[in-house]
Amino acid sequence: MPLSTQSQGEDEQYVLVATLDNARNLSNLLKAISFKDHAIFTVTPNGLKVTVEDCKCVQANAFIQADIFQEFTIKEDLIAFQVNLTVLLDCLNIFGGSIVAGISTALRMCYRGYGYPLTLFLEEGGVVTVCKINTEEPEEPIDFDFCSSNVTNKVILQSESLKEAFSDLDMTSEVLQITMSPNQPYFRLSTFGNSGSAHYDYNKDSDMMELFRCAETQTNRYKMSLLKPSTKALALSCKVSVRTDNRGVLSLQYLVRNDDGHICFVEFFCCPDEEVDEDL
Amino acid sequence: MQCVVTGGNVKVLAKAIHSLSRIGDELYVEPHEGDGLALRSVNSSRSAYACFLFAPLFFSRYSIRRGLDFRCKIAIKSVQTVFRSVATLEKTVEKCHIELDEAKDRLTFTLHCKHGLLKTHNLSYQDSESLQAVFDKDSCVNVFRAQPRVLVDTVVHFPPSVDEVTVTVSDERMWVRNHVEDEAERSRAMLTEMCLASDEFDHFEAKAHNSITFCLKELRGLLVFAESTGLPVSVYFNEPGSPVVLSVTDSVLEGNFVLATLSDDHNVQDNESRRAQAEPPPPDDFMNDDIDSYLIAMDTSVAPGPSTAEPSTSSAAGHRTRKHSEEEEGEEEEEEATDRPPNKKFRSLFFGSVLPPSPQMSTQPVTTQEVLASDSEDDAEAE
Repeated sequence: MPLSTQSQGEDEQYVLVATLDNARNLSNLLKAISFKDHAIFTVTPNGLKVTVEDCKCVQANAFIQADIFQEFTIKEDLIAFQVNLTVLLDCLNIFGGSIVAGISTALRMCYRGYGYPLTLFLEEGGVVTVCKINTEEPEEPIDFDFCSSNVTNKVILQSESLKEAFSDLDMTSEVLQITMSPNQPYFRLSTFGNSGSAHYDYNKDSDMMELFRCAETQTNRYKMSLLKPSTKALALSCKVSVRTDNRGVLSLQYLVRNDDGHICFVEFFCCPDEEVDEDL
Repeated sequence: MQCVVTGGNVKVLAKAIHSLSRIGDELYVEPHEGDGLALRSVNSSRSAYACFLFAPLFFSRYSIRRGLDFRCKIAIKSVQTVFRSVATLEKTVEKCHIELDEAKDRLTFTLHCKHGLLKTHNLSYQDSESLQAVFDKDSCVNVFRAQPRVLVDTVVHFPPSVDEVTVTVSDERMWVRNHVEDEAERSRAMLTEMCLASDEFDHFEAKAHNSITFCLKELRGLLVFAESTGLPVSVYFNEPGSPVVLSVTDSVLEGNFVLATLSDDHNVQDNESRRAQAEPPPPDDFMNDDIDSYLIAMDTSVAPGPSTAEPSTSSAAGHRTRKHSEEEEGEEEEEEATDRPPNKKFRSLFFGSVLPPSPQMSTQPVTTQEVLASDSEDDAEAE
């Protein structure tokens, strides 16, 4: 493979070298969180974390573990930089992005360190493209301080059923209200749009419900515009876990199986819109 | 009011609503104790009306509060949202519950889906007047019935830009072509014409050989429903100007689309000559003063409209020449009588063929009529 013929000498300069035989394993995940132009890359020996935020209220993280990569060499404990995600995705799809069986784009991602651009070597069918994307000072990602010990309610659903609900959501509603309760309606998504209200109720005994652990009745509202982008991640996933903590902060975790069958995670955090006392 | 729709009927209901959305923006809901649930729509210009009546047996449960006199209208887009993905509906929806909450002015649609998912839509409605179109299918002279595939296959050939179609019928044939309003456009427009033989229909009765022009979009609306349910479509009409009724029925539902048709003033026959186009014959009393003007007009080969009521229509300014093949005129037209003053345009050749010899013609001088072109007769008679 042309990419592997890089001289050893060149590799010495890079603090990070990561290769993938199929760039789609990365680009699909990044597309799922590409609701803003900029993304923060945080790299550790465990793998790669890409973070996108909006309005200081919603944050999406895509995790690609080190063992997903064919080669993953990191010379520091923590590397962080910010790049334009739209540009990065364009580069990853530079060979057209069409899905043809047996043909994939190989990726070698290299980074020399602070101040240097992110270098991508992309190869398909013997053609090699080199892309250098400028990096920026990484912003500090928001720490939602969401920890398992504060989780009041948690459900794990098969994505299939939630996909239908999310695609049907009344977009004229400004908020998406999520009710989780040990009693009826158990797990409810509600919208309040121009024509009236709509509710999607999932029964705790449903075969789509893999886990149902709700301690108390909680109803929280989230801005629809902030949550709508999560639909992309939902579309890729096979399972989703929905958790709320005692402050009403929402955590959505999506289990994504990539083309090779490996598992990656995408996570969304969202702050609640306002206090809701009663159901509508 | 509480209705429950189960199984395949949920999709039928959804298709009916989508079909009604092609007519107007609002859905008029009117439940009747005995007759069933009526869903209606009308377009803004009131030139298209559609009604689906679902008998109580369509529902697995149909209970109307005794004495309920209720009708409302809801934005049709809101109802469509409830039944959004029709394709998945039949796979996932087990039943649909429709409930009226008069206290809160809401109509609630609850879809019980597979895997324990419950979708509830609370739609607010507005009170409305009753919407009823007056039409009588049984008195129509032209009645046709065909499997929806026949009509769908016909209509698919017209591009989406086509607004209106003209349907012409004779004893054995039905022609469907796109209607182009004026001459100038006609030379630039693509003209599409489909011919259907009577044996393609389950029932073909064309007592009046005429043509009607109506809006294609609204016909497509009905076909959306007919095609998915496989119910045959019946077409009823009398004459241009009076509405055409398109209807689908089975034992538990009835759908009627009533569409206005263009009246004769606009329904000008175009230049194509292959069809046997019938026109209402001239009035019986064409043997009057005006006949001379027609004779003169014939000489100039421009055909003014014969009009007992309006002599001034002999001016040819606004009239168009129709170049139909001669074979088309004649017998058919003579047989049919109409007592309505014709405001149609007639071909000059028409008078030539049916004009009986009359002593009046040669002796009566033309004094009162507008002369369209110079003619030597006047000079001779003026002597």
